[in-house]
Amino acid sequence: MSTASQSQIQQAGQVSEMTAPLSVVAQRGKSNPKRLTKVMLGIVAVIVAVIWAFPVYWMINSSLLPSAVLEQRTPTLLPFGGSFKNFAAVFESGTFFKSLGLSLAIAIITVVACLLFAFLAALAISRFRFKGRRSFVLAVLFIQMLPAEGMFIAQYKLMGSIGLLNSVIGVSIIYVAAVVPFTIWMLRGFVAGVPADLEEAAMVDGLSRTQAFLRITFPLLAPGLVASGVYAFLQAWNEFTIALVLLDSSNRTLPLWLRGFIQESANRAIDWGEVMAASTLVAIPVIIFFMFVQGRMTSGMVSGAVKG
Amino acid sequence: MAKQSRPRSGGRTLAPYLLLIPAIAIVVLAMGYPIVWQLITSMQKFGLAQQFGKAPEWVWFDNYIALFSNSATWIVVGRSILFCLVTAAVTMIVGVGLALLMRAVGTVVRVILQIALLLAWATPVVAAMTIWNWMFDWDRGLVNWLLSAFGLPFSGHNWLQHPLSFFFVAMIIVVWMSVPFVAFSIYAGLTQVNTEVLEAAQMDGATASQRLRLIILPIIKPVLGIVMLLQIIWDLRVFTQIKLLQDRGSIASQTDVLGTYIYQLGIGSSDFAMASAMSIFVLILTVLLSWPYVRNLLKEDEAA
Repeated sequence: MSTASQSQIQQAGQVSEMTAPLSVVAQRGKSNPKRLTKVMLGIVAVIVAVIWAFPVYWMINSSLLPSAVLEQRTPTLLPFGGSFKNFAAVFESGTFFKSLGLSLAIAIITVVACLLFAFLAALAISRFRFKGRRSFVLAVLFIQMLPAEGMFIAQYKLMGSIGLLNSVIGVSIIYVAAVVPFTIWMLRGFVAGVPADLEEAAMVDGLSRTQAFLRITFPLLAPGLVASGVYAFLQAWNEFTIALVLLDSSNRTLPLWLRGFIQESANRAIDWGEVMAASTLVAIPVIIFFMFVQGRMTSGMVSGAVKG
Repeated sequence: MAKQSRPRSGGRTLAPYLLLIPAIAIVVLAMGYPIVWQLITSMQKFGLAQQFGKAPEWVWFDNYIALFSNSATWIVVGRSILFCLVTAAVTMIVGVGLALLMRAVGTVVRVILQIALLLAWATPVVAAMTIWNWMFDWDRGLVNWLLSAFGLPFSGHNWLQHPLSFFFVAMIIVVWMSVPFVAFSIYAGLTQVNTEVLEAAQMDGATASQRLRLIILPIIKPVLGIVMLLQIIWDLRVFTQIKLLQDRGSIASQTDVLGTYIYQLGIGSSDFAMASAMSIFVLILTVLLSWPYVRNLLKEDEAA
């Protein structure tokens, strides 16, 4: 069902509530102006929802329409008579799968290295009180704020001097370093949430510390590892700036590949249907993944402030 | 969250330090070394001659002086700050409005709104940029068609040609992408507000604006402050959106912000000394701005 028709149904529902006999509304024990305000606000909210979701809808809609339709003066709002030809054209160009492979390789290296490094560090700061712990946490928090834009020149020179320019490893190293601090921060909360007493009880029952950790603590941490892993994956998958600086046109991650459609066509007509199909291919897996991790990400960023 | 975890005391063990080694090593390699390199390079004369092997000459703060006595730098800095503040302000106003709206409406409508916001939030930035480029396309874009349909003279209007409308488009895109985070965070803060207190205040005759100002605002003030700070920090470093809008044929010198200016200096002109000096400036600015945010997170760490 399209977003537009959904909203119409929603609005129809709101209108029928609005026109309900006044006595009924009054009997519900709510004052009439208050009820009316709530309905009006509901309509406003649905309109805002439609506006916000519209660009994503427009991408999918355009990706399904042939270029002959997209080139007409009047836009076509619904993808009737659409097809997957634009997607086929994207696949046929052959560059998609190369970029997909590159993006996957970088993302997987980033996720694995990041989870391992961040997990060990999270263990250190949540299970031990040691000299320098506070400084380390402080450094983690500052480093996660540093913008790539303030460092990419030197990172470019660094990778050039050690021969890792234009390589999967070079980009991955930068990504792991960029994502590890926030991942430590996310995982720290999860590790701290697993009671150490539980582990100790298992050790009393005869398990070694490593066994106790693997059998008791690790399974409890799985949700945290999944959330952090998805976070790291999304960061690596979406990253543009570092990839732009470190990679050239022979090695494009998906964001660079997607940019190529716009960039190369600055001076000629763009096949927008194909561009939107490409865009859809890059966006949809991310949107699905994102839904899983969203709650964890937000709470990690502002939980201190929310709790006051 | 249960806080039964009792950190092991006794600082004689090496274990925590060993556990930190991999994380520290990668950060030192990929960030520590580059930052030190930038600090050194920013105090050296480093031009094309050095690219071809000539030893760099130590010039202390000459690069910084040259950079900040150049009016072009100040124009970029001013432009970035102005763009950042306007965009952050609009994002906050819309985000807070939507958070209040989420609270005011029923569950079904709220979930619809939340899903719509999540869609915008989840869209990868480069994909979002291609969509908005398409919608603002001068020739076949939806925006021009819509405005023309209302009788406005926007047929064939090129939004990206003039700096002002270029940044207007950039602002719309950044606001679209940033509002969901703001709205969700503030909404999370709003759920801490006690409904009974609000109803009691209403019965005592407090108007809606009084309730907002005297009850709701003090409770969400911490999250409001942090979210606003994050918006300012993020909007100041905006790079991808500007770079991808410039791709469509805008004049870079009229639309450069901090990030694209560094890119232009370093990658474009190979002037690594100036690019490094500018990078150090951006890093110092970020650290200064980040301090309240970091302190807030640290407070949480100490409470745990």
